[in-house]
Amino acid sequence: MKKTADNTQIITGNYATALAAKLSRVQVVAAYPITPQSPATEALSQFVEKGELDAEYVRVESEHSALAVCIAASTVGARTFTATSANGLAYMCEQLHWAAGARLPIVLACVNRAMSAPWTVLNDQQDSISQRDTGWIQIYARNSQEILDSIIQAYKIAEKVYVPVMVCYDGYILSHTVMPVEVPNQEQVDRFLPPYKPHTVLDPSAPQNLNLVTLANPRRDARGVMCHGYMELRYLLQEALENTLETVVEVDREFGDVFGRSYGGTHWGYRLEDATLILMAMGSVATEATVAVDQLRQRGHRAGLLALRVYRPFPKQDVISATKEAELIVVFDKNISYGYEGATCSDLKAALYGNSIQVPVHNYIVGLGGRDVKARELADAAEGSLRWVEEGRPQKEVEWLNCHI
Amino acid sequence: MNRISKSDKRIWEIRWHGRGGQGAVTSAQILAEAAYYDGYQGVTSAPYFGAERRGAPVTATTRFSPETIRVYSEVETPDVVVVLDESLLKDDDVTSGLNQGGWLIVNSTRRPAEIGLRGGFCIATANATGIAQGLGLVVAGVYVVNTPILGAFLRATGLLSLESVCQAIKGKFSAADADRNFRAVELAFESTLLK
Repeated sequence: MKKTADNTQIITGNYATALAAKLSRVQVVAAYPITPQSPATEALSQFVEKGELDAEYVRVESEHSALAVCIAASTVGARTFTATSANGLAYMCEQLHWAAGARLPIVLACVNRAMSAPWTVLNDQQDSISQRDTGWIQIYARNSQEILDSIIQAYKIAEKVYVPVMVCYDGYILSHTVMPVEVPNQEQVDRFLPPYKPHTVLDPSAPQNLNLVTLANPRRDARGVMCHGYMELRYLLQEALENTLETVVEVDREFGDVFGRSYGGTHWGYRLEDATLILMAMGSVATEATVAVDQLRQRGHRAGLLALRVYRPFPKQDVISATKEAELIVVFDKNISYGYEGATCSDLKAALYGNSIQVPVHNYIVGLGGRDVKARELADAAEGSLRWVEEGRPQKEVEWLNCHI
Repeated sequence: MNRISKSDKRIWEIRWHGRGGQGAVTSAQILAEAAYYDGYQGVTSAPYFGAERRGAPVTATTRFSPETIRVYSEVETPDVVVVLDESLLKDDDVTSGLNQGGWLIVNSTRRPAEIGLRGGFCIATANATGIAQGLGLVVAGVYVVNTPILGAFLRATGLLSLESVCQAIKGKFSAADADRNFRAVELAFESTLLK
């Protein structure tokens, strides 16, 4: 039973992040400490200090500056990395829009943490969900192996479509939990991930103005070349994000060819084949929901899980195909769009509208601010929803699971 | 003395109780790593974070299973509870959910019967503080009790091998420190009292 030596290490999600950035040969890292992200960039600063990673580690005074440094470094042709959580991500907000608008393939690890006030360092996904409309690609990891592999994939995706990628994973639950992670060797990663080719390089020997004031309509620049207006540039960003769905799948497949692991591209399923009761979740709670599915199966229900891996761009067609046979969909959101419902639930319902899938969708808000989410609680909630539908009751309002009010 | 049955069990869950600075989180990780070396495919170890500071109660958990672990939620019904500071036993939460036939392992100079706790669980004691003292295992003025207690865990539960724990310890310390820590594990293994 004894394990022979292999490349598996028992490490935290944060350490997996640091290894992934190192293996991706990032050239500039800029970050500001924030719990629960800090151990990831601490490890990276050690790699740089020890000479194991040939990169510039820029210590900055804020997250806003961290991303500004990445934007500048990416503009002069460097592969860049940063990581943050919650308030730090919120502080980057303006620069998040800038990075996407400037089409810079920056990779950011968002270690999901709840937003204050009240003050908290514990997990939910409100931080990254709140940055949904910044034009970044968002990938949510289910375990630490997927964190490591997704960051490597993220560079390939970002540098193909010139859109920045946020790899999101749950604070503490993944960031601070150790588990086995197979760490690929440098040669394999080099084979998979070619060096970064910038779309434009800002070089003092060939000065140019980038991202100038852009007026509403297309017009000629100083050399008489017809240039896009703001709206055309935005259309191109939207088009790039829509095309990204294909790139994500392709990159995941190529990754599988080299490393023997792939993640389903935009989404993944568990016991979905004949499922009529479909649970939907994203991140570590999706992993826990696979256990809930087993429990529901034991209780005689044809349950399955649809997990979102890529949240932006939203994999609309994949979600439609995966839910064709559904009689009930139960969505668990670790976020809330205040005044409405969970964000992934809204997106799911929007995807299903007009596609001849007429199915009740129930929404549960779970695990805000680190509240524990157990598999049996997910299973009980799904069973409760099933009874609701069987009793012929009207559409169910959003329910907050395990909330003592 | 009961031993935890290895058959028909899919997942083992261990909860650690200590005080900030005692190394509960590190031990919980060493145990997970040792379980992996012993062939368990699924191992996890998670700290439970509250307002952590030196001296404050800290908990951590270890899970191991022949299969990949898909449960990240808190441990409710541990098979083993390890207590690094026996003053924590005053808190009922320490033995909360401890399984019938499971083990309560306490760093104490007392005999198991003197611990004064009743339940469907067995009790093991080891003088981890004394062992650390004897070997001069001190970090920042605090005796290193977290590695000797691993010896008590091995002795009481019989779940993992000394070799694997040694291998896991090697990865966490310098060569000289690893030897002393492993010696501490052996001493605790030999001197653990069981009931």
